[in-house]
Order: sequence, then structure tokens, then C-alpha cells
Amino acid sequence: MNFILSIWRQASPEAKGKMVKYKMSNVSEETSLLEMLDMLNEKLTLKDEEPVAFDSDCREGICGSCSLVVNGRAHGPGKLTTSCQVFMRSFTDGQTIHLEPYRSAALPVIKDLVVDRTSLDRIIQSGGYISAHSGPKPEPNSVPIGYDELEESMDAAACIGCGACAAACPNGSAMLFTAAKIGHLGLLPQGQPERSSRAKAMVQQMDDEGFGACTNYAECQDACPKGISIKFIGRMNKDFAKAMLCDELDPRGSMDAN
Amino acid sequence: MELDSKIPNVPIQEAWRAHIDSINLVGPKNRPKYDIVVVGSGLAGASAAASLGAMGYNVKLFCFQDSPRRAHSIAAQGGINASKNYRNDGDSTWRLFYDTQKGGDFRGREANVYRLAETSTQIIDQCVAQGVPLAREYGGNLANRSFGGVLVERTFYARGQTGQQLLLGAYQALEEQVALGKVKQYPRTEMHDIVKIDGRCRGIVVRDLMTGEIQTHAADAVVLATGGYSNVYHRSTNAVNCNVTAAWRAHKQGSLFANPCFVQIHPTCIPVHGDNQSKLTLMSESLRNDGRIWVPRKKGDDRRPRDIPEEERYYYLEERYPSFGNLVPRDVASRAAKKVCDEGYGLGETGFGVYLDFRDAIAKHGKDVIEAKYGNLFDMYKDITDDDPYETPFKIYPAPHYTMGGLWVDYNLMTNVPGLYAIGEANFSDHGANRLGASSLMQCLADGYFILPQTIGDYLRDIYQQKIEEDHPEFAKHAEAVDEKIDALMNIKGSRTPLSFQKELGDIMWNYCGMSRNAEDLKKELELIPALRKEFWSELKVAGTKDSFNQSLERAGRVADFLEFAELMCKDALERDESCGCHLREEHVHEDGEAKRDDEKFSYVAAWEWMGENVAHQLHTEQLDHQALKPTTRSYK
Repeated sequence: MNFILSIWRQASPEAKGKMVKYKMSNVSEETSLLEMLDMLNEKLTLKDEEPVAFDSDCREGICGSCSLVVNGRAHGPGKLTTSCQVFMRSFTDGQTIHLEPYRSAALPVIKDLVVDRTSLDRIIQSGGYISAHSGPKPEPNSVPIGYDELEESMDAAACIGCGACAAACPNGSAMLFTAAKIGHLGLLPQGQPERSSRAKAMVQQMDDEGFGACTNYAECQDACPKGISIKFIGRMNKDFAKAMLCDELDPRGSMDAN
Repeated sequence: MELDSKIPNVPIQEAWRAHIDSINLVGPKNRPKYDIVVVGSGLAGASAAASLGAMGYNVKLFCFQDSPRRAHSIAAQGGINASKNYRNDGDSTWRLFYDTQKGGDFRGREANVYRLAETSTQIIDQCVAQGVPLAREYGGNLANRSFGGVLVERTFYARGQTGQQLLLGAYQALEEQVALGKVKQYPRTEMHDIVKIDGRCRGIVVRDLMTGEIQTHAADAVVLATGGYSNVYHRSTNAVNCNVTAAWRAHKQGSLFANPCFVQIHPTCIPVHGDNQSKLTLMSESLRNDGRIWVPRKKGDDRRPRDIPEEERYYYLEERYPSFGNLVPRDVASRAAKKVCDEGYGLGETGFGVYLDFRDAIAKHGKDVIEAKYGNLFDMYKDITDDDPYETPFKIYPAPHYTMGGLWVDYNLMTNVPGLYAIGEANFSDHGANRLGASSLMQCLADGYFILPQTIGDYLRDIYQQKIEEDHPEFAKHAEAVDEKIDALMNIKGSRTPLSFQKELGDIMWNYCGMSRNAEDLKKELELIPALRKEFWSELKVAGTKDSFNQSLERAGRVADFLEFAELMCKDALERDESCGCHLREEHVHEDGEAKRDDEKFSYVAAWEWMGENVAHQLHTEQLDHQALKPTTRSYK
């Protein structure tokens, strides 16, 4: 198969970028999109041109490193897939393929197709955990967790932190990412003690990073390679509202209050 | 050189407790006075950094990925072992120890393996407390599945994403410590060297991958959690950026490399389809619970698999190994696949593939049950191959997956260089010559959550208030050497890309030092590798500049190290003139083709010492002490 690639080239965070066209020929249909970029980079290197920088690591759709916008869609044409799992058979011969980095103020470009996603790490730092210092812990079966409850938590926990939700959102919102972690931990009995403080802190951090708000486009759900549902955003909003409300009251009460 | 493993002289059942009770500890008020560097953020590195930070140490964590959460532990699918005996099927610490030692063909270190088995149940407790959503049954109790090489069900799992969920648990614990200021993390930063001062490891030299800046970081101890070296074969189940660089550069500073030839070839991976393919995708071993492996009895049978009747299918594992069937250990399953393919029964154009068939399982349990258990693996296979495994069998073939070899460590997980530790896949000690499925996650978390945080104090106490800062001249000297090496790579200006060398090396390794080995091939390979290395240093072409984000340069540095490391791997394979576990020397097989160990001569750990550029490595041996379990012929028939 033959393709024309139109790729965003930007030398550094400060530099101005532009789309540049490259021709690729004799690409077999079982080649992955990223393997085709490998091939292009081999060619560019031998021509003394700068190869295209892009993030990837596991190349099996689980590490969350790859982060391309393919023909205007985060992670490309397929449903429930990451950029590394896009194969050339999903394009037509001779097609022009546009490859761009995520576009979001909170995910700035480092070089070419590589973006800085440390903002997502900082959202987790603000409260995306259950505090449990390593050491002896109680027998897990002493607190049974219902099958459905656990599976729902697992649906949210499947998030790979790729950031496609924020890239796909017209508001540049990271609500789905944040809600997935709040949902995963908040659905488990172990997650209850920090449930309110977690929701409050993570939503606050998300705002501070410059991610936008949710206005129910649901583009995030559509782009999510792990099929995480926007119902978790609703759940997060509930947790957040409750946390803000409870904050008004002294949670432990006081003698004076009566 | 005397290799002191520091194993207490008591029965292995009491060793760990006795050891902890006798070593030095650092008190909570003194811990903030120590700086510890952790390199690598997978299960071992993240869990160690989080634990050390929570204890009060100052930790710096380095990873080359853009976030610690990306480390390749995330890709482990099937599960994690623990001898909880929830199934009431006779499991125990002893049984897990026994299975691991037997699975490793009696080339693991007994006391370490026993400690691993002992720690396994605590890991599950810890992970559940952190909110890792391990699968539950309808009654709310934890669920188990079975894995290869054992007769009990002791594997815990989170769908097909066990590694991901465990890693995110460790990553979240780590990020909590980052928020508390106890850990500082350095993503997109690659380690290039360790710094030794007065014989002790005192810090590292790194390159900031975004700016190219060379930095130095002083520390009281350095922990390498940098994974394995399967990418020496270029195509493996590892992430494309996994490398041997950190371990190899530590090795060149005096840290011994143990059993480098022990590489696990995983039996169930998607076969190679073309030359530009960048990696091989693993299909979890858990599929062998319900899937049946076969090839057509007739060579070159090109009928659709559904059309081949039962009597014309050769279920070779079930026929040859009736008691374990499709659940034989990985090395046995891989060699059996190679054997049938070499005999001409392999599938498709390449002839390198066998079927893994769920027809019978779907008929027996229903599609819903199979989907609930393995849905994401079936989807993943379909995405990659465009074939639907609900309708037609998986096609699979073995691929390099895990490396049992690694830096030599003592019972404290410290290398022979004082102050330098190696944990997780980066060390050598627990899996002998073959690792059982669902044991790598277990080992990484045992090392990171429970073992290293308790043993590291023993060393730190020795260097109390002997701070060395980055202004010590050794740091500048090492940084300069790193910079010179980068210049050397940039300045070759030849005509071949780093990737082309990695591919060529990978092919050589796969053909001459892969699933089966012989002296003649290995000797040939020991000529091919230096020749390729020479070509690398005269013909390499690296794109871009050194002071910018440059993935071409990153790869060049890693390939340079693989080219040196590969030679040691072959030397080790040649020197180990026996078959054991994954290491099959064609000269040493039983009549039925199974591996034939030589306990008289080779019941030792081969620990290699770097003697300098262009000087032969020196071999040191640590005799394995089989006190608790006498080696027997490993049979899964």
C-alpha cells in the first residue's frame, strides 16, 4: 500500500510547528501505524533529516505512551484502540494520513508528536491513591467485595492514562481521566476513608492544571481506548458535590454546634 | 573473588526471620538523613521507592518513560502467585517454594526462593489494601486461576490486566510520596553510569532526554530496578524501549552479571509477520487453562482449522505430557512448539506457528464464560491479526519474554558493589533457569514492598554521616566520560541506523542463542558479534544533535550496550555445558528430547566479572546449596 503522510513537525516547545508531507510506498497492510513511522524515520535518518519524534513503548495498547491524533481523531479510526494498535489495513491505498500531537493547553508539545503529560501525574498526586504504607495488612477476604461492585471498579481502573480523553474533548477537559480514578477507588470499601478528600483535591488539581470543564459532549468516552464510561463523571460530580457540602459542616461536630 | 550470599546458617524456613532479627536497622529519626536513588519505575522500582519514601528516606526516582506508570510491568496479563490456599487444594509456602525451584530446574538459590514464597501472601494483602481490584467471586471472596507448571490454583488476577492494576497500585503509592515530598521523580531521564567512590556506589550519571543535559545525583545507596534484556533479540514481548543499559554500565563498574544465558522464551505469542515488525505480542499463559494446543497431523494441511477433524489433530502437549497437558511450564511448551514446527508441522507460509484452540472450551462452558475470563485477550488478538479467536483458533509461536539472569545479588539484594542494589527482573536470584508464570509480579513486589526496605538499613548504618556530594571530583569525571561516549556515537557519521544494527543483532541471537543452543553455533556467534560491533562503531549514523530530544541517540546508546552484552550471553551459554530449564544445549538431552542437567558440574551460579575493554570476562561461581530440596529429574509427564 502507498500513503501520503502529513505530519506535525515542531522542533521544540517554543518553536513554531507546521504540517510536512512525506510519501510512503510498499507498506504491507499488517504493518502498524507506528511501525510505518519507524520505517519513515529510517529513511529520514539516512537522508540526514531529523526523524519524527513520537512516544511509544509497549506497542500492545496497555502502557498509554502512544498519543497520536490520526486524521483528527485521538488514537485514530478504530474504536477501543490506542495509536499503536492501528494497522494500515484500516486505511485505503493512496490515502493521505494526517498525524498530529494532542492539542490541549494542559498537554503542551515537547517535540513533533510528543506531548508533556506530567499534569496527569500531578492529578494522581493530589489524591489518586489509598494511603496504605507497605507492611502486614488484614486478610483480604475478611472484607468481601461483591462481584458487580468489584467489576464496576475495575471498569474504571482500566484507564491507561494516555490522555486521549482530554485531547478529544472540545473543552480540553480531563474529567474522564480524573473520574476514572475517583470511581475506581471510591467504589471499593478500602477507598471510603479518603473518598471525600480525594474527590475535592483531584478536581481542584485538574482545574489548576488548566484542563477545561465538562459540558457533556461525550467525545472522551468515544476516544477512550479502554471504553471508560462517562457515567463515572456523573459519579465524580456527586462525590465532589457531597464533599463540598460536607466541608461546610465540621465533620466531627462540636459542643458549640448544639 | 569470594561471593558471600549472606544467607544465615539456619534451615531455610527460619532464614528470613533470623536474618531480619540480626541485621542493622536505621531508626525513623535518622532515615531522612539518607538519600536513595531508585532507577526504574516498574513494579519493583515503584514499590521500593514508595516504601522507602513512606519509611522516611529521601528518594529520587528515575525513569526513561514520560511517567512512572508506563513501565513495562504494566503489560503483564495473567496474574500473580500467592500460596494463600484459598482453594483448599493443598497449597502452602513449601509447595510454592517447591514448584518455583523445580520450575527453575534447581538453579535458583533456595533461601531466596523460600523467602519469596513466604512473602507471597503478604503481597496480596498489601495490594488489596491499596485498592488493587483483584478479581472476586460472586460471594465476594478473591478468585483464583491456574497457571503452568503447578498442580494448585494459586494465581490471583485482575481480568487480563493484572500487571497494569498492580503497577498502578504501586504508582499511586509512589505519587502519594511525591506529593508528600519524600520522593522526587525524574521522568524522561535515562541512567548512563553509576559513580563509585572508595569502592562504594555513591550516585549516578543521567541524561535528561528532553534537553540532552548530563546530570549527576549523589546518593547513599542506588537501587537498580531496570528490568530485563529480552530486547537483545530485538523482537520480544518487551516494550520497544526496554534495554540492558543500566545493568550493563553497572556491570562495567564492577557489578557481577549472573547467568546471562537464562532467557525465557514464552510459548504463546503472536507469530512474526514481517521484517518491519517492531515487537511480538504476548497472549497470556492463562489461555492455556482452557485452550488446547495442536497442529494438523498432516504436514502442510491447508484446510481451515475448523474443517480438520479431531483424529487429524495432533494435540502434542496433551499426548506427550498427560499429567500437565497444556499447562506444562513455559520452557517445555516453547521447545515442544519449536520441535513440531522444525519437524514441518508448523502453520502457514512461515511454518512457525501452532494453534491454540478454544472450540472445546466454548462448547463446554459457553461463549459468555470464556468472554468473561479472557475477553480482552481475544479482542487484542483480533485487533492485531484481524482473526476472531471465538471463531478460529489463535495462531501462536514462542518469543523472548523474560530474563532470569541479571546482576548478582546477595540475600540483602545488594550486588557485590557496596551500596548498589538490584531488584525485580534486573537481578538473578529467584527463578533459576526458568520462571513459572505469574511469578515475576510476585518477585518484583516482594523485593520492592517487603525485602529491600528492610534489608537496606543494614548497609546504610555503615555509612552513617559519611555524606558525599555531587561536587566530589569523581562525579565530574564520570559525567565527562558519559558525554564523551555520546560524542563518539554522534561522530561516527556512517551509513547505518541504530535500528538496523539492533535487528541484525537480534537475528544473530535468535538463530544462534535462542530456544536451543550448541557449541558450534555459539562459537560461530562469538565471531559474528564482535564483527558486528566493529561495524557499528564505524558505520553507525545517528540523526539529530546530542543536546535535544533525540530518540535516535537514545537507541544508539542502548544498542551499543546490547552489542557488548550479547557476547557475554553467548559465552555464558557456551560455558554452561549442560541443559537446564530454558537453556537447552543440544549436546545434552535425554532420549525423549528433554533437558539433561549436570548437577555434578554445573550446580552453580555463573557470575561474570568485567575485566576491561577487549579483555576476557572472568567467571566466578557461587555453588548452589540444595539443603532443603534435592534436585530430581524434572518431569511433567
